Formats: sequence, structure tokens, C-alpha cells
Amino acid sequence: MAHRHILARAAVIAALILIRSTSADVLPDNRADVFYSKYSGGGMDITGYSATARAKITENFAVEANYFIDKVSGASVDVLSSASPIKDERRQKSGTLEYLHDKTTYTASYMSSVERDYISETASFSLSQSMFGDLTTVTLGFARTNNTVGDNGGTANKPDVTWVGHALTRAYSGGLSQIITKNFIAGVNLQVITDAGYLANPYREIRFLDPGKAVGYTLASQVYPDTHTSTAVQVQAKYYLPYRAAVTGLYRYYTDTWGVIGNTYELDYTHPIRDKWIFEGRVRYYKQSAATFYSDLFPFPFSQNFTARDQNLAALDNTTIGAKVTYAFLPDGWKVFKRGTVTADVSRIRFNYRDFRDIKDFGVAQGFAPGTEPLYQFNATVYQLYLSMYF
Amino acid sequence: MLRTSTLLKRCAMAAIVIASTAFAASGDASGPAPAFTLTSLSGQPSGLSAYKGQVVMVNFWATWCGPCQQEMPLLDQMYKKYKPAGFTLIGVNVDKEAPAVKELLTRKPVSFPVLLDPANQVSKAYHVDEMPSSVIIDRKGQIRYIHRGYKPGDENDYQDRIRQLIRE
Amino acid sequence: MRKRSILLLGTLSGALLLCSACGIQPWVKPYERDRLADPIMAWDRDAISSAYLDHIRESREGSRGATGGAGGGCGCN
Repeated sequence: MAHRHILARAAVIAALILIRSTSADVLPDNRADVFYSKYSGGGMDITGYSATARAKITENFAVEANYFIDKVSGASVDVLSSASPIKDERRQKSGTLEYLHDKTTYTASYMSSVERDYISETASFSLSQSMFGDLTTVTLGFARTNNTVGDNGGTANKPDVTWVGHALTRAYSGGLSQIITKNFIAGVNLQVITDAGYLANPYREIRFLDPGKAVGYTLASQVYPDTHTSTAVQVQAKYYLPYRAAVTGLYRYYTDTWGVIGNTYELDYTHPIRDKWIFEGRVRYYKQSAATFYSDLFPFPFSQNFTARDQNLAALDNTTIGAKVTYAFLPDGWKVFKRGTVTADVSRIRFNYRDFRDIKDFGVAQGFAPGTEPLYQFNATVYQLYLSMYF
Repeated sequence: MLRTSTLLKRCAMAAIVIASTAFAASGDASGPAPAFTLTSLSGQPSGLSAYKGQVVMVNFWATWCGPCQQEMPLLDQMYKKYKPAGFTLIGVNVDKEAPAVKELLTRKPVSFPVLLDPANQVSKAYHVDEMPSSVIIDRKGQIRYIHRGYKPGDENDYQDRIRQLIRE
Repeated sequence: MRKRSILLLGTLSGALLLCSACGIQPWVKPYERDRLADPIMAWDRDAISSAYLDHIRESREGSRGATGGAGGGCGCN
């Protein structure tokens, strides 16, 4: 229950990622994927199933459709009011049209994400242009999302949803990709996202010191600003090594009007073996500073205009190590399929919070005064398994 | 503020679309076709001089180029059809290594001669600026037409040009 | 801040427009793009997987946006 909104919002943001992997000379091959994923960590298990298909209708026009289901179960550290396990489901559908004319690719897409207490719809458009002898690709995009946020006062089986607000998100993006040498390509992306409306998660609460209570604190609702604007810039580069392998590096800087500053560093190594296997390893480090209105424990009620204790806005860092293996099991194709691959991908993430404490497992009863509970940390594992058929 | 941003966004998109028009399209060309000698997969040397007096189409292709693969069977058909009338098609492959070329041609053989240009000397001489590129040369050894890229339907264009030059 | 970013985008596009008129010749020829055309040099081999990982990260982090990549490849037409 508590975390569902965040997942929905994240999915929506993923849909806003308009800097798609296109090269504006030919439309990509036809492809169908069946995808399974599992996120396990922080007391939560989220299973995802997805099917995607894309096909060229003509040489210049392609369509893509995707259906995704997310199922959550578990009780996470954010569930403060009750220890009852959560089960919930989110359904997402999206459709994309791509049109190629000379060196320009135009893309339009629509996505809808529905769960009992959160509905989101996104419409996006982007344009990708190849220039300077196809060495440079420039992309511009715009997306708009409408969100309707609800509060489920009941349970997963007997819901009782009150719709508490709306939010409108607009994302503007620009990207530049440049071939530097025959072994080296680099790029830079810029994305400005602005939201307005009801931006809080109604299930998460703040706490303030209250000596009158046995636990030493009282819970209260979060109060978020009704606007949020963020800017992210990412620089990335890919280099083909002297033997058949590639190394990728990226750095992203994020800043927003809520005071969060995030730095992401990632390094990937891809190593194929003939045309049958592709091995990939990745390492990622992320560090962020807390939002200005975030606090793990407020001194008294109404101490600030805006108050939040959402762990996404805390000062945190995480480290990911991942490995991916792709196996091409149809080297000569089969009937209408030119190629078929199966991929397994595992990531292990370690989360560390510098100012968010674990109050679900620790409190006065265990000998911790409010504000001295251990800082929260947890490990999560993300599994992905997918079958891709090219036709 | 929103109006300014919308205006700027539109200007940016327009600028990009306009900038995109600065690229070479297929078209008529002129000048003598540079002579060349390359080896075939079997190691036999051959070149443009072997086909003096014929209409020649030099097609630059690579194993890693999708549209090149798409047009190969159609080029093969075209070669078989017009060969009796004095037409030859030379496939100049630009791959750096021969094994991939051999493997592809074993799986999908063609009947027209394929020569290897791993050092890209011939590609440079012909100023190849798009993959694939097809250069059509007349009986006198003059370049008459350069076709850049390949989209289904382009083979009709090739045939029109070839027929025109055969009749000359 | 948003106005500045959009202004930057506008200036960049204007600069590109002027540059294309200068007739810069590509220094990596189309017949030299074999490595760039290799699938291992694609920014994103599996978009579904990258979108999913972004989704997981954004649900646990305070950052969002600017991920992904375009361009590269064989440059064939």
C-alpha cells in the first residue's frame, strides 16, 4: 500500500524517457519480447510480467505495443501504521508509433498505468535527427502526464479508495549523440521535468517528538509543496576496445527545487563470444542529498511549512553490481524468426541511508530513544529473464 | 514563461529539421570511373578494366549493413537478367576481415563477382559517403549515376538507369 | 532554472543549424562504421530491461530523467 504510488510514479517517469535508442537511418528490426522480473528487498517482493512487440508496417512506419503487470507483496519499513502484509497490482499499457522520413524519426506514444489507488496517463512526442554524415544525432522530446492520486483506507481485498488529488507533469528533453572516432561514441542528455498538484505519497507519514507518547513520537501527514522542477544532465561514452568488447561510462547530475542533489556514476563492460553469447557486467554508484523539507524526526508539529519523511527524499547512497548474459539460441533463424535470444540479468543493490532510521524494527522498547534508532540499510536483488524474438 | 518555452521548443525543432536537409541525395554524377584492382574471395585479382565496354554497376556493401543485405538478392536477379545485354555488377565489400564475408556468401550466395576492399582504397577513390552505395558506369567508363542508400523499390530505379545505358 | 535550460536547448539548436551550413565533412566514413554497427556498441540493446531498471531506481531514489541514448550504429540508409 504505502509504496505503490512511488512505483506508479516511477513507471510514469520511465515512460517519459524519450531519448530512445534509435539511429535515424533505418527503423529497428521487428521484435517481440516476453519479460519476467523480480525485485526482492527491504521487505518487499515485486514481480513484473511484460510482453512487448514492435513491427514495421512499411519501411518508414513502425508500431510498438507493451503490456506490463506489477504485483507487490510484503511489508516494507515504510508501513508504520500496521504490520499487515500488502498485496497489490498495477497494470500498464503503452502504444508507440514511429515514422522515419529521410534522416528524421518522429515518435509518438501513449501510456496508461492503473492501480486501485493511482491512475496515470502519459502522452509523449519526440523527434530524432541524424546529421553531419550520420555522425551526430540530435533528439528533442516532450511528454505530459496526468496523475490521479488516491488513498486506500481499506485493504487490498476490500479497498476503500478516496481520491485525494491530481498532479500534472511536463518533461522537456534534449539529447546529442556524437560519433567521435570509429571506436568511440559519446552523448549528452538534458531533461527538465516539472510537476504541479498533489505530489506527496498519502501513505507515508512524518514523525515529531512527543514525550507524552510511549514510543516518544507522534505520526502526522506529510506536507509537500505543490510544485517541483528538476533538471538532470547525463554524459555518457562508449568505447570499442582493441578486441571485440565495449566499455561504457556515464555520469548524471541531478538537481531540483526541493533541494535534492543526486550524482550517478556507472561503468559497464560488454563482452561477446562469437555471435552466440554476450556477457555484460555493470557497477553503479548513486549518492543523493536530502530534500530541504525532509527530516527523520521533526522537533514539534508545524515546525516547517513543508515536511516529509519519505525515504526517497532522504540522504542516501546505493551501490549496484550487475551481470547479464544473453544467449542466441537460433543461430540460423527458424521460420519467420531471424534470431532468438534469451537473457538473464541479476543486480544486487546495497542501500544506505544517512538520515532515515529504521523505526519499524527499533524503538524505545529495544532501548533506542527517538532519533537514535539505527540508520536504515538494506540489500535488494533484481532478477530479469526475457526471451526476445527478432522477425 | 510557458509561451517563451513553447516558442523556443518550436524554433529548436525547426532548426533541426532545416539542418537535416544538408545531406547528399542520390543523383546524376559525372567524371571518369577510377580504375581499380582488387582480389576476390578466392584470391583472384580483378578490376574495372576486365569489363571494358560494358555497363558496370559497382555496389559497395558490408556484412554489418542491414540495407545492403536486403538488396543483395535483388541485385543478383538484376545481374542475371541484364548480363546477356552487356551488363556487369561488381560487389565491392568493405569489411575489414574476410571470414565474415565468406560465411555470409556461403549462406546466401550471389552469382556476380565480389571483390574485397579491406583497406578501403576503392571506397575512398569513389568518395563513398553512404552505405550501401551503387555507382553506375557507362560503356565508355564514365560515372553516370550514384545511388546512395537502399530502400525497397530502389531496384526499379537501378533497372531504369541500366536499361538506358545499355541502349546507348 | 527551467527557462535557462530551455534557452540552452534553443541556442544549441541554433548553433547546429549554422554548423550544418558550413559543410563539415564526416571524418568517420560510412565504410568505417563496422565497429559502431556491432550490437555491443548500441546504447541500449534491450530497451525493456533498461526501462525496467530505471523504473526500479526511480522508485527508490530522488532523481529522475536524462537516461537513455540515441544515434551511432551503421549509419546505413
